[in-house]
Amino acid sequence: MKERSFTKRLTSGLVPAIPYLWLGVFFLVPFLIVFKISLSDPAIAQPPYKPVFEWSDITGFFSALDVENFELLTQDDLYFRATLSSVRIAAISTILLLLVGFPIAYGMARAPERHRSLLVALVILPFWTSFLIRIYAWIAILKPEGLLTQALTGMGLISEPLDILNTEWAVYIGIVYAYLPFMVLPLYATLEKMDDTLLEAALDLGSTPWRSFWTITVPLAMPGIIAGSLLCFIPAVGEFVIPDLLGGSETLMIGRQLWSEFFSNRDWPLASAVAILLLIVLVLPIVIYRDVEARRMETRP
Amino acid sequence: MPPPSRQSASASVGAVRRAFAPWADPDAKPLIRFENVTKRFGEAVAVDHLTLDIFEGEFFCLLGPSGCGKTTLMRMLAGFEFPTEGVITLAGQSLEGVPPYRRPVNMMFQSYALFPHMSVEKNIAFGLRQDGLPKSEILDRVGEMLRLVQLEKLAKRYPSQLSGGQRQRVALARALAKRPKVLLLDEPLGALDKKLREETQFELMDIQHELGMTFVVVTHDQEEAMTMADRIAVMDHGRIVQVATPGEIYEQPKTRFIAEFVGDVNILEGHVQGQENGLWHVKSPSAEMPLTIDDPDEVLHSGQAVAIAVRPEKMVVQREKPGPEAVNVLTGEVWDIGYLGDWTVYRIRLETGEILRVSCANVSRFVESPIDWDEQVYVTFAPGAAVILAE
Amino acid sequence: MTRRLSIFNVTSLVLGFAFLYLPILLLVVYSFNSSRLVTVWGGFSTQWYGALFRNQALMEAAWVTLRIALLSASIATVLGTLAALALTRYGRFPGRTLFTGMVYAPMVMPEVITGLSLLLFFVAIDLDRGFWTITLAHTTLTMCFVTVVVQARLMTFDRSLEEAAMDLGAPPLRTFFSVTLPLIAPSIVAGFLLAFTLSLDDLVVASFNTGPGATTLPIRIYSQVRLGLSPEINAASTILIGLVTLGVISATLLSKRSVLRSRRNAH
Repeated sequence: MKERSFTKRLTSGLVPAIPYLWLGVFFLVPFLIVFKISLSDPAIAQPPYKPVFEWSDITGFFSALDVENFELLTQDDLYFRATLSSVRIAAISTILLLLVGFPIAYGMARAPERHRSLLVALVILPFWTSFLIRIYAWIAILKPEGLLTQALTGMGLISEPLDILNTEWAVYIGIVYAYLPFMVLPLYATLEKMDDTLLEAALDLGSTPWRSFWTITVPLAMPGIIAGSLLCFIPAVGEFVIPDLLGGSETLMIGRQLWSEFFSNRDWPLASAVAILLLIVLVLPIVIYRDVEARRMETRP
Repeated sequence: MPPPSRQSASASVGAVRRAFAPWADPDAKPLIRFENVTKRFGEAVAVDHLTLDIFEGEFFCLLGPSGCGKTTLMRMLAGFEFPTEGVITLAGQSLEGVPPYRRPVNMMFQSYALFPHMSVEKNIAFGLRQDGLPKSEILDRVGEMLRLVQLEKLAKRYPSQLSGGQRQRVALARALAKRPKVLLLDEPLGALDKKLREETQFELMDIQHELGMTFVVVTHDQEEAMTMADRIAVMDHGRIVQVATPGEIYEQPKTRFIAEFVGDVNILEGHVQGQENGLWHVKSPSAEMPLTIDDPDEVLHSGQAVAIAVRPEKMVVQREKPGPEAVNVLTGEVWDIGYLGDWTVYRIRLETGEILRVSCANVSRFVESPIDWDEQVYVTFAPGAAVILAE
Repeated sequence: MTRRLSIFNVTSLVLGFAFLYLPILLLVVYSFNSSRLVTVWGGFSTQWYGALFRNQALMEAAWVTLRIALLSASIATVLGTLAALALTRYGRFPGRTLFTGMVYAPMVMPEVITGLSLLLFFVAIDLDRGFWTITLAHTTLTMCFVTVVVQARLMTFDRSLEEAAMDLGAPPLRTFFSVTLPLIAPSIVAGFLLAFTLSLDDLVVASFNTGPGATTLPIRIYSQVRLGLSPEINAASTILIGLVTLGVISATLLSKRSVLRSRRNAH
């Protein structure tokens, strides 16, 4: 009997242990390695970094570490500018996403109940189709002789070709397009739950519809606004595909910088240092996001 | 000289609540007037050619089963719905096209609709802030409201930290804070438990009396309406079936629907035989002898099919056969006995298979040889205890 | 009370969905273009579909991608379900905070970081890059999404059903397999499908961890796109979109039918 309860404890202990172990090995450890390599010197050999870590040589490990790569990051203002520009582009995109996403989510929440699940499915559906393909579709639209120019010229709105591709605007359009479901769904979730009588009560107490929107709807939708914004802002900062395909060579973004350090310059330690830099930029939003999510999960019935 | 109608008899029907009856005064101007108002939602008619006057200072109840149109009527008064046809006026002014935020009418919502992100104070101050009142005045008014509903200590709390009864008070204070001409209350006590509901009924009456404000209450609970209202409008299928004081509604229901909806009632079917000394004689298959009913206002002709409504407490159940001079005697056997403490309810099965409900006040703690199950009994009622309802 | 759509609501919905679907629609339309120029309509033709199937490299890439997606999504589903159970049923266990962090972090972490860190890890343990490294990387990335999907279902799960099974004499393990698992199965399937598409779709993590002979479809498409637009890519995209749409619609119908069936059974 006792033996059986021991095996039972063992099997039930495996439930958290297996995924825990997996994430430890394939998520946490790689992370520490990035951190370590960011502190090592580039070498010409393949792989292109000097392996500073030998299990037998702990003292050597610490003495060989230096912050040279980070010094390089601070000396060359390219990285500083790339970081700033990434944050700026991500922030502007997030604001645009809110402006585009809120009316859609609001419309969905006010639609008759029997249509709502269909609308949600329609918002999610593009997400299931390839990200790369969806960005690719915009190249043909935004090209100087592309479909947007053709359409607008056809309507007589413009006479000269629009040159949007390879500008920051193309990046904004791409990010808003690709991340829209991530903004709309959390907003919809809070707006849909909102009690309509609260708005009626505000109107009844003399508040105009516009004022009621700002004093009642927006504050109550705040959890959704915060979740949606972070859900878009965080990956947007590190975005690579969109600036690479839609943004011109002038569009500086840190994810793209990391990619080119790695693939073009083959400087792995510097790429790791850039990764750490990116992570430092994102630590605060990620922590806030985790808190918001945890609270949302708790308050759910 | 007004014709001798039900109105003139009102003093003798039911209990008198207070000497206040502007509706009986032909010169009185109503505060709220619905004139031939119809509201349709697509095909469905929620309110059907309805005309109604409500007077200043009244405690007015709209009573009816769910879906009868009472809530739509209230929402049209608040401005959330607009009539498809007809006009609503408030103090002589048409409300046509006036949005809810421009009406001197406030509402206490059934769900209370307290703003969850605002404290009690902020909730109560919300309406006042919309009017742009000076800060000090808002503060005074909020304090006054908090005192009125006895919530001074909870001013800083949030709705989620309050009990159901406290929330109800906050909702009331918030709606009263702007001193509206009319306060609308949508099922104000629906969410409270029975004990609290009874207390709150009387509190609402006191507050209304103190402020002299016009209250319009929507409820499906007839007891609530009976306790609080000066007048009750009973609604069914978008129409008003009867508007009268609680006493009249109970003692002189106009239709069988009202008799059955408000309180308990026994219905006996029959045909008019004729009138004698102002009393009607009705032949009913439920009784051996014709029934004698004192309902002089009813205009009937011989042979007309009618229903006779008798309230359970107005019937007497006894074991001994009544004398030959007795009127309105029914025979049956005891089917069920329900002891409720203050009342005992007997369900008597007549020979026709009908079940009558007779209630008896338990005036004494001791009863000698109480009536038992399956006993043969006689049920009687006085001619004035019954109402004739034309079918 | 019924909510009503204002003109503003309808307009924003129409414009919003047009914005979401118009680009995809254009992409599909131009896959049937006979012109080599992607943005100039030259008449209807299906020639690019033929060219696509003759493109050996693209076909091979598709096969590799499919194998990786199937394998990684299957492992991720098992791991993700276990993690979801751990998070909802195990209360406070040592290191729970770290565990929750590790579950949520990969979802928001920029893919470049995840990709780079896994690559450096594989180099450090001296694992040859290729099919297996991408599979392991995708498993790690997608299991977190499975966890979230299954966890959401477990949180609304009526525990009294399990208690009833145990009260009727089923030991915990049998209770799990005969009561819990069938009831959370739809969310597990949804989690699998999510993991599968994420793996199919991934460019960044795969690019970091790819090796000789393991070029996935997104990598192949990406390198072609960089060289310029090609109607062949439009054709490939159209096929992918068609497959995904078909899959989502049939999944929706299936789940609707099972909901209906369970409702009918409940009555």
